[in-house]
Amino acid sequence: MVSIGPVPLVSMRGIDKAFVGVKANSDVDLDLERGEVHTLLGENGAGKSTLMNILSGLYTADSGVIVINGEPRVFRSPRDAIRAGIGMVHQHFMLVPTLSVWENVALGLEDQPFLLDKGRVIERVGDIQKRYGIHVDPLAPVWQLSIGEQQRVAIIKTLYRSADILILDEPTSVLTPQEARALFRTIRQITAEGHGVIFISHKLDEVMDISDRITVLRKGKKVATVNVKDVTKESLAEMMVGRRVVFQIGKTLQNPGRVVLEARELVVRGDRGRVRVDRFSLDVRQREILGLAGVSGNGQEELCDALAGIRKTEKGSIRVDGYELVGKSTREFQKRGISYIPADRIGTGLVTGMNLRENIALRKYWRKEFTRFRFFIHWENIAGRTGQLVERYSVVNPGLGFPAKMLSGGNLQKLMLARELSDDPRVVIAVQPTWGLDVSATLFVRETLLEQRDKGAGVLLVSDDLEEILSLSDRIAVIHNGRLMGIVEDPDRVTEEQMGLMMAGTRLKEFSNPVGEGSEGHGKEVSPSL
Amino acid sequence: MRYRIVLRRRFKTGAFFEGILPVISIFAALLFSGGALLLFGVSPLAAYRAMFRGALGSGYGLSEVIVKAIPLVISGVAVALAFRMKVWNIGAEGQIYLGALASAAAVRFLPSDSRVVMLLTMTVAAIIAGGAWGYVAGFLKSRWNVNEVITTLMLNYVGIHLADYFIYGPWRDPSSLGFPMTPPFPPSARLPLFFGTRVHLGILAAVLLVLLFRLVIRWTRWGFEIRAIGDNPRAAEYAGISYGRNVVLLMFISGAIAGLAGMTEIAGLQGRLQPGFSPGYGYTAIIVAWLARLNPWGIMMVSFFMGVLLVGGDTIQVINPLRHPRRDTYREIRGTEPGA
Repeated sequence: MVSIGPVPLVSMRGIDKAFVGVKANSDVDLDLERGEVHTLLGENGAGKSTLMNILSGLYTADSGVIVINGEPRVFRSPRDAIRAGIGMVHQHFMLVPTLSVWENVALGLEDQPFLLDKGRVIERVGDIQKRYGIHVDPLAPVWQLSIGEQQRVAIIKTLYRSADILILDEPTSVLTPQEARALFRTIRQITAEGHGVIFISHKLDEVMDISDRITVLRKGKKVATVNVKDVTKESLAEMMVGRRVVFQIGKTLQNPGRVVLEARELVVRGDRGRVRVDRFSLDVRQREILGLAGVSGNGQEELCDALAGIRKTEKGSIRVDGYELVGKSTREFQKRGISYIPADRIGTGLVTGMNLRENIALRKYWRKEFTRFRFFIHWENIAGRTGQLVERYSVVNPGLGFPAKMLSGGNLQKLMLARELSDDPRVVIAVQPTWGLDVSATLFVRETLLEQRDKGAGVLLVSDDLEEILSLSDRIAVIHNGRLMGIVEDPDRVTEEQMGLMMAGTRLKEFSNPVGEGSEGHGKEVSPSL
Repeated sequence: MRYRIVLRRRFKTGAFFEGILPVISIFAALLFSGGALLLFGVSPLAAYRAMFRGALGSGYGLSEVIVKAIPLVISGVAVALAFRMKVWNIGAEGQIYLGALASAAAVRFLPSDSRVVMLLTMTVAAIIAGGAWGYVAGFLKSRWNVNEVITTLMLNYVGIHLADYFIYGPWRDPSSLGFPMTPPFPPSARLPLFFGTRVHLGILAAVLLVLLFRLVIRWTRWGFEIRAIGDNPRAAEYAGISYGRNVVLLMFISGAIAGLAGMTEIAGLQGRLQPGFSPGYGYTAIIVAWLARLNPWGIMMVSFFMGVLLVGGDTIQVINPLRHPRRDTYREIRGTEPGA
């Protein structure tokens, strides 16, 4: 229950912040009451992250005041903000990959003895896990965890510091519907105890579901603060984008052609040496999008890494147009027309310290048109191509010679799409392609994938966002614990509940008659009879 | 009024700040060492004046500065190349010794009266031996992920002692009155000298290597590959760039370049192999590479500056002897690295 006290929990007034020439926040106000879930809504670059980075002490505002519990505060560092009870879970979790879960939780704690009390930390982590229903192995090193699990660590970390004000930056983008619901229960648990939660998102459905109030930002300015009762999805979208938004994407019917990507009985090991993909088979046909649904961390990323040739396939066969690729080099996979859009665009897909030209060159530099005298790179040709691609994919950029890290998340993704999709690939493997993107960028990415499909590519779409899978896919494969749970031939006839059951480990045949299952008849699977 | 110091993160470092930082730290080092000189009762100003006059005040001083800068530039390029891929080749010193040892072996076992043939044989021998020394570390890294800092560092000792074994043992000059050194090289095994100074043909190798370094890094596929690995190894793997193959090749080339520095040093200056002919050029090269921020032109400039300190340091030992002349005092100046 929201309790409007005499003073709000947080009150930010007239916040201004400019980065080298760009005004990221301009005269923004935000109030957070105790027991409230207050959503910050806005497109990429609207200034949500900047505002929250100011509240969490990472940046200092150029002007404006922050009042916590009626007391004006100046945060010079995140440490000041943490002391004031503010805990932030970032979109890119600020965790140390080589340390274990409990060490990450303990990192930066103030009242710790010189030697960390491992037992005590693990015990308290266990308490928090039980209380909020979040489960992660406290001894596992963070680099071995999936993105979803890492988020749980980040949340545990702030709860461990008894944060009074919890900021969640796009928290659901890595979760299944069930997990998201669990997270929402956790959030309600937190607010029920009188804490305040600031929720950053652009998924309108969940915003309508979880929020008490919503503040909409656009181009660094506050548009309005509204009660969730007084608005609709459509009116919110209009406030956010500044014009009417059409939600429907134009998906035409296509006749899938022959199989382009054929994977049989794949066995792939994860970083820890455990089998993460277990005798998995799938077919992707021309002119179709095959959705791969599953809870994050169930082997999707290992599977896609193997299909793209950057992870060793222990057993099985991967064929593109009938050509066997297992045991071949990564480059051979590229040459056979496999494009790969990995989930981690900053850590894997791009070299953010390199400029735009070099990032376009990254997976193409060896091609004939980009080399001179075999050993030299033809930078003029690459620059020319980069110029065209940046224009065609409308990548907003300060210049082709600037490092990619200066681009926003949406534009980074567009840059990667530009590189991966520009040469009419045979197969497109896209993992979480819209993760963390705003409405316009998400639409752009989805339309681009559909366009690839219509041009004849076979698309394998991996996403934790079930809605995305359901709305884009022509067929859906479900993975659980590295195994194929079944293939849904007709996404229009499956319910979210059924999908959830499969994602939790129930095989398709266990609740319908004739089934398709990995090891048996591929391609003749039948949709569940409902 | 109370003051407090607030540390705040910079979002951008200006070009001015980047450029001025090494200069500031060099001055800080001079200031600090000046304090040490004062403790010995020597006027720092007079000492520094003598130092710079000794190094830059005469044609002879200047030529000696260049003589010292040559091996620094060559081995600086060697390690900077490795550092671009974030491979830490700390083993340039050992690779220098191996290069020198191999060229001395070439003189001993494959002698030729033709200068061109002799020098080419020595060069090839030095490149192969230095490269092999680097290759060992590269191979261990790619095959079993053995830390190259450890292997290259330890191979330094092996290389230096291996050279000592031959100098003190089988290759010792019988007519050297017991001094540990090989017989002098024949004239065909000596690099040409220029302008009546000790500046030798190695200067050409140094300049060419700097240009080549720039060319490789900026314009070649391989340069792009090692930069990509250095900046983001996972992205490089995703791009199909093999870490293992590249680390082996890179360590071979890095070692080969350092080996060349060993060859130019003994063929250009000493004219024989003797212990301690490199006063830690391979280590100073690491400092050179980082002070230069791995930039080719920077390597030239920093090496020159290091040469000034080396020659100047020698000068003031001669003209203004301290009670306990210790080169280490001046090494303190050389061995300072800015914020890196």
